[in-house]
Formats: sequence, structure tokens, C-alpha cells
Amino acid sequence: MNFSDYLLLFAGMGLATYLPRALPLLYLAHKRLPQWLIDWLGLIPVAVLSALLAPTLLTDAATRSLSLGKVELIVAIPTLIFALKTRSLGGTVLVGMVLYWLAGLFI
Amino acid sequence: MSPLLSSAMNSPDNNQTNSIGPVLSQGATVAWPICLGYIPIGLALGVLAQQTGLPWWAVAMMSILVFAGSAQFICVAMLAAGASISAIIFTTLIVNLRHVLMSSALAVYLPRVNHRFLALFAYGITDESFAVNMARFRDSGWDRWRALAVNHISNLVWILATITGSLVGQLVQPGAFGIDYALTGMFICLLVFQLNGRIYIITGFLAALISVGWYLLIPGDSYIVGASVCAATLGYFLQCRYRRNK
Repeated sequence: MNFSDYLLLFAGMGLATYLPRALPLLYLAHKRLPQWLIDWLGLIPVAVLSALLAPTLLTDAATRSLSLGKVELIVAIPTLIFALKTRSLGGTVLVGMVLYWLAGLFI
Repeated sequence: MSPLLSSAMNSPDNNQTNSIGPVLSQGATVAWPICLGYIPIGLALGVLAQQTGLPWWAVAMMSILVFAGSAQFICVAMLAAGASISAIIFTTLIVNLRHVLMSSALAVYLPRVNHRFLALFAYGITDESFAVNMARFRDSGWDRWRALAVNHISNLVWILATITGSLVGQLVQPGAFGIDYALTGMFICLLVFQLNGRIYIITGFLAALISVGWYLLIPGDSYIVGASVCAATLGYFLQCRYRRNK
């Protein structure tokens, strides 16, 4: 790919990233949201993060099938405990990476 | 933490000060755990991009224009698989639809704010800055300028980390240092930040169940948006029932 291909790709991706972030803020910030919507939106982040994580930990991407006992899942358990104990984002990332690396060397 | 930063954090007067010094230092204090996470993830992305064949300036362009870690990882994977430009852009849109909901949730704390500020703020809304800013807004003593500083400090660190990763990429063996796990580790910690009560844990479990089922049955990336909307809606109704019965 040359410069203009990359520019086209990233400008398109940039729009696809910016608009979902900007439009609700520009449209909703001048209104008072109803309580039910606030309650519902409060549950969205936990749902999104869990929905992103679970297939990574519990399925095999190549065959798109259920796969329990993946290294990703085993490493996630101590990583999760570390996150619960320390609540440190940077530390959790590093612990997860190191454990995953070590697991790859020994398993 | 430096003494300067901690004294800025501890002084109650500074919470109300909107001069650039305290705003930046408090923003940096809150942003540094994000940045600490962004450095390995950004390096990992840069390394993977370099190994896929992207030149360093393309990585820089991508981080500046896109600034969406998971979408950028997906983009690199799709480029490696030879996907078309339009397919990558569409996938980015789907993956980033979750920010509609995050941005709407942040809107609650930004009433009567001018459009120029919101346009600038929106650029920096990520899973990470969202989680941190929402927690701060909930505790009060937090305002939009500090939130903006968090967004843009972490943004700058992200851009620099990804460029650095692409420059050193050829020195790193594929799979070394567990770089493939950087994103997963970050999501695990952000999930922990969200567990503020039983209903959040239940919603998280529902989302995990639905997303795995959806992922196995339906091709593509719709499981992310589909499972999160379903789980949040189920969680909301459970919460309503629980409140009525109390």
C-alpha cells in the first residue's frame, strides 16, 4: 500500500471512530437524560468489556469453536486476582504479559 | 508519585482551580495508570504493525487519526490477512459502536458545555479514559477540564508508544514478552474497575455468556455490540425488579 492508500484507510477508520464518540456527546449533552437511560447506560461498560473478553478467553479464533483451558484463560485468573487486589491498570497489563510469556515458554 | 503531584491532589483548593497547572498535574496523576498500560500495548501494536509491513509513518498516521487501540489491533490483523480497505473501515465502525454508549453516559456529566469543547473531548474517549473519568465524575471533585487533560495526555502517550514500537519492531521476536496479551490484560483490569455491585457482576456474566454464544453462532464482529446491548438490557430489568421487591 502507498501513502494515499494508507491515508484513505486511516481517514475512513478515523471517521468510523470519531463519529460514534462525538455525535451522542454533541446531541445529548444539552439535554437531561431520563433516569432509566442513565441506569441502562451505567451497565453498558461492564457488558461491553465482558463481551470483548469472553470470546478471547473461551473460544478458539481459528476454528471459531468453544475451547476451555486455553492459556489465555489460565493466565487470566491470576491477572484478574492481581487487578482485584491492586486496581492498577499498568501493573495488571504487565503481570498479564509476563505470565502469558512465561506460560508460552513452559506449557 | 512526585511530591508536586501528590500535593496538588491533596489540596482541596486545587479542585476548584482551573488554571492550567493544577488541571494538567491532576490530569496527569489520574492518566498515568492509563499511560502505564498504553506503553506496553502501544509498543505491542507498533511491533505487530511493523512485522505486518506497515512503515513507521503509517503507524503514526493511524494512531493520530484513529486512536482506538482495539480497532487498530484489528486493522493490523486484517491488513495481514489481506482484507480490503472498505472491510477494515466497516469493522472499525462496528467495533467502535460501543463508544456511542460510553459517550452517551459521559454526556450526563457534561451538561450545557459548548460544542467546540465537546468536539475536542470526543476525540479522546476510549475504554480506558472512559472508565477512569466516569469513576472520577461519580466521586465528584472532578471536572471537564481535568477529564480533557486525561484524554489528551493518554492520547499523546499512545501515539508515541505505537511509533516507538514500530521503530523497534524489527528487533523483537514475534510473540516475545507476551505482547499478544497486552490488550487482554487491559480489558481485565478495566472490567474490574466496573464491578461496583452485584448487578454489575451479574451483567458481566450475562454479557460473557451471550457474547460467547453469539460469537460461536454468528460470523463477523456483531457479537460485541449484540451481546453488550442484550446483557445491559437484561441487567437493567433485573435491577428494576430487585428495586421493586425491596
